[in-house]
Amino acid sequence: MSERHAVQMRGITKRYPRALANDRVDLDVEEGEIHAIVGENGAGKSTIMKVLYGLTPPDGGEILLWGRELSGHRPADAIREGVGMVHQHFMLVDTLTVAENVVLGAEPVRGCCLFDAAASRERVRQLSSEYGLSLDPDELIENLSVGLEQRVEIVKVLYRGAKILILDEPTGVLTPQEVRELFVILRALRDAGRTIIFITHKLEEVLELADRITVMRDGRVAGVVSAAATTKEELARIMVGRDVLLRVTKEQARLGEPVLQVSRLSAVGRKGSHVLEGIDLEVRSGEVLGVAGVQGNGQTELVEVITGLRKASAGSVTVSGRETTNRSPRQVRDLGVAHIPEDRQARGLVLGFTMAENLVLGRHHREPFSSRGLLSLGDIRTHAERLIEEHDLRPRDPDVDAGHLSGGNQQKLIVAREFDGGPALLVASQPTRGVDIGAIEFVHTSLLKMRDQGAAILLISAELTEIMTLSDRIAVMYGGKIVAEFEGGRVGEEELGVAMTGGAGPTARGSVSSDGAPGSRHATGAR
Amino acid sequence: MNRFARLSQLLSPLVAVAAAFLVGGLVVTAIGENPFRIYAILFRGAFGSIDAIGLVLFNAVPLIFAGLAVAFAFRAGLFNIGGEGQLYVGAFVCTLAGLALGGLPAVLLIPLLILASAAGGAVWAAVPGLLKARFGVHEVINTIMMNFIAVGLTSYFIINMLREPGQMTPQTSEIALAGHLPRLAGPLSRIGIPLPQANPLNFSLVLALAAVWLAWYILYRTNLGYEIRAVGMNSQAAEYAGINVRRTIVLAMLLSGAFAGLVATNEVMGFRHRFLDNFSSGLGFMGIAVALLGKNTPLGVLLAALLFGVLNTGALEVDIFTDVPRELILVLQAITIILVVVGNEVFARRAAAREGRAAGVPLPATEPSREA
Ligand SMILES: Nc1ncnc2c1ncn2[C@@H]1O[C@H](COP(=O)(O)OP(=O)(O)OP(=O)(O)O)[C@@H](O)[C@H]1O
Ligand SMILES: [Mg+2]
Repeated sequence: MSERHAVQMRGITKRYPRALANDRVDLDVEEGEIHAIVGENGAGKSTIMKVLYGLTPPDGGEILLWGRELSGHRPADAIREGVGMVHQHFMLVDTLTVAENVVLGAEPVRGCCLFDAAASRERVRQLSSEYGLSLDPDELIENLSVGLEQRVEIVKVLYRGAKILILDEPTGVLTPQEVRELFVILRALRDAGRTIIFITHKLEEVLELADRITVMRDGRVAGVVSAAATTKEELARIMVGRDVLLRVTKEQARLGEPVLQVSRLSAVGRKGSHVLEGIDLEVRSGEVLGVAGVQGNGQTELVEVITGLRKASAGSVTVSGRETTNRSPRQVRDLGVAHIPEDRQARGLVLGFTMAENLVLGRHHREPFSSRGLLSLGDIRTHAERLIEEHDLRPRDPDVDAGHLSGGNQQKLIVAREFDGGPALLVASQPTRGVDIGAIEFVHTSLLKMRDQGAAILLISAELTEIMTLSDRIAVMYGGKIVAEFEGGRVGEEELGVAMTGGAGPTARGSVSSDGAPGSRHATGAR
Repeated sequence: MNRFARLSQLLSPLVAVAAAFLVGGLVVTAIGENPFRIYAILFRGAFGSIDAIGLVLFNAVPLIFAGLAVAFAFRAGLFNIGGEGQLYVGAFVCTLAGLALGGLPAVLLIPLLILASAAGGAVWAAVPGLLKARFGVHEVINTIMMNFIAVGLTSYFIINMLREPGQMTPQTSEIALAGHLPRLAGPLSRIGIPLPQANPLNFSLVLALAAVWLAWYILYRTNLGYEIRAVGMNSQAAEYAGINVRRTIVLAMLLSGAFAGLVATNEVMGFRHRFLDNFSSGLGFMGIAVALLGKNTPLGVLLAALLFGVLNTGALEVDIFTDVPRELILVLQAITIILVVVGNEVFARRAAAREGRAAGVPLPATEPSREA
């Protein structure tokens, strides 16, 4: 590793109206290293990266790239100097091919003005094989798995000549297998001399991948450590300022009456094929049923049908003995069903609403938040203040727009809202996506507390450890069906992983067509 | 929203207005007139006397209603381009009721006619609302079509069936006297403001101010307003929250149309006391500009409508006392609108850059704000 600094950020300060996001932050990244940034939600990680990439001008401080001061604070300036950002919300055009997406905006030209398709394909193929990305330049984006889409984003950045790659929480949406593959790619990039900065909340990943780690806390740098010389516990302590329970313990479930009963449920997708086929499920009061599976195998649709957001084509759903098949989301909610949606920005929040307004979303029409058609602003505010306090949402100001919260705090806001009010059934999709370790601990203990108080919980997560720690039973979805069911605590990660891919191979996306009969040999306990 | 953004929200229309006057001045100079003299005449025309100020307010009233209609729908994420048609239907229904219910006393007839105006506009707006909610047809197309239908139909009825007997002018007879809204000259002079008796300013001004308050109250203090704003900002999240998106769209359109229909309280109940064919000549469309300039907030609409009232009233004076054509005022208004839209975009981008997010705001108030 050379001693040259690829990035030197000196005394960066960035003030938002209600938060000091970066307070005299110094960040040194050496050329050719993988540098991780960790810290609690709202610590200022995304902000410092936005400053580096030129998305937001700092209020003070300077940025040096390879020892030279960066002139200008726009993405164009940063890109010119070799900085690239792999976006978290992928910005790809679904109907174009991989190659077309990669060159979009900087297309190779033949003659005076003709798009050189052959050259783009060639360039993508070359970059792809150089770093082991295995991308087919001619494949349409809409046919790719999330993991592959992310690789397209990486190639896009490389194509534009990035020598420094920024990845803000790249692993949040990936399966464990995809994460491993991403790490292989990132190491290859480093070994080829590129510099990588990545943000994550998963400390195992940090220790496995990073060379050095900058820990942030409350907008400041709390420490810089070498990955070889630290442990998960130490990192957590620097981040949070106290010891963190890295694993929650749970009691034996005390099962009650069935709350959610799903029988022979099917649903049809846009293209007329079955996205759900004959699903049978039961979740009892006092029980956590985990649903494991590679994204895109019907979990989203299952949740949507249960919560009234999508129509079933056959079968039935009952909640606490009442038929709810194809009822409206409000009717389902009013039976005591809470729902943490998988995509917080698309469904879970109105970004232009304040925290207070968002914290009553879904219950705004009920007492005490409104009566006789009028909002009770006082009650809405008190409610917000209480949840902000209980769930440690930051900033502690009910009047801040949800769009101005850090990613993890947006997620925590939704969790706070849906946990509140004692639901009979909680449907939780990726409940801890993007939240820090302290908050994960809190979410997990609260979830188990809810279970012990008699709630039925349907947990959908791409995070196998999360599924395995919390679930009393685990169902595996593949190709729109439940292909296996296990007792919680009696199954290993390997076994689950195999069931999740239908035995077809690590990165396959499950077929969702009606004739695709996925690997039923793993159907140990499917009902 | 931070202080900078808040400030720019306030400043950008002002800067735009100033810039518009500057550009307008250049145009005036180009046609060989002295801009200072012209502007002096314009402002004398608008503020030179109590009478003039009364006229400014009178001209502003229909624009307040028309602007509220656009702004209200916008909060639900809908572009109601149909204010023109809705106000014609509102005025038509109001006139019919005013002609038919002559026997009622004023205390009954006036509220009834106000309701009739609102109902007429609401029904006309509900059609595109329903088509949008039921079939997903874009409301812009249908509100425009409904404009043509409204203008054509009212014209047909007035000319062929309801024309005042023995008159060539395409207009109805006068509505019942009990349905006339009183002018403000009387009450105002009693409290020491000498508004001339001939000044057309009437009680619909009070209704317009009440409508501004009502629009704000519905949007920010009621359940329905919460749902309207949720649907307008993120309909997927609204659906998730159990809000009936289709119903909310229809209700928002209904209310928006009701605001447009209330233009009749000034035009029919307060001023002409009858339906004159083609009386509006684009009030509904001016409403779009008013809403835009007012950033789609109720208070902003009020201020923008007043500015347009000033320009319209001053234009008359310029027309009478100079050789500058009155059309120039239209040019000035158009320039103002263009500069506001452009200026707003520039401000929005700068604020966005400071906050570290992507800009590209299609219209002023897609950036939601909670101020009235
Ligand atoms: N556009 C904005 N307007 C106002 N405040 C903001 C804005 N963006 C971020 N903030 C504030 O700045 C602080 C730091 O946010 P940042 O997004 O950098 O956190 P983070 O470390 O990335 O957190 P997370 O792990 O939750 O993603 C937070 O308090 C946040 O509320
Ligand atoms: Mg972040």
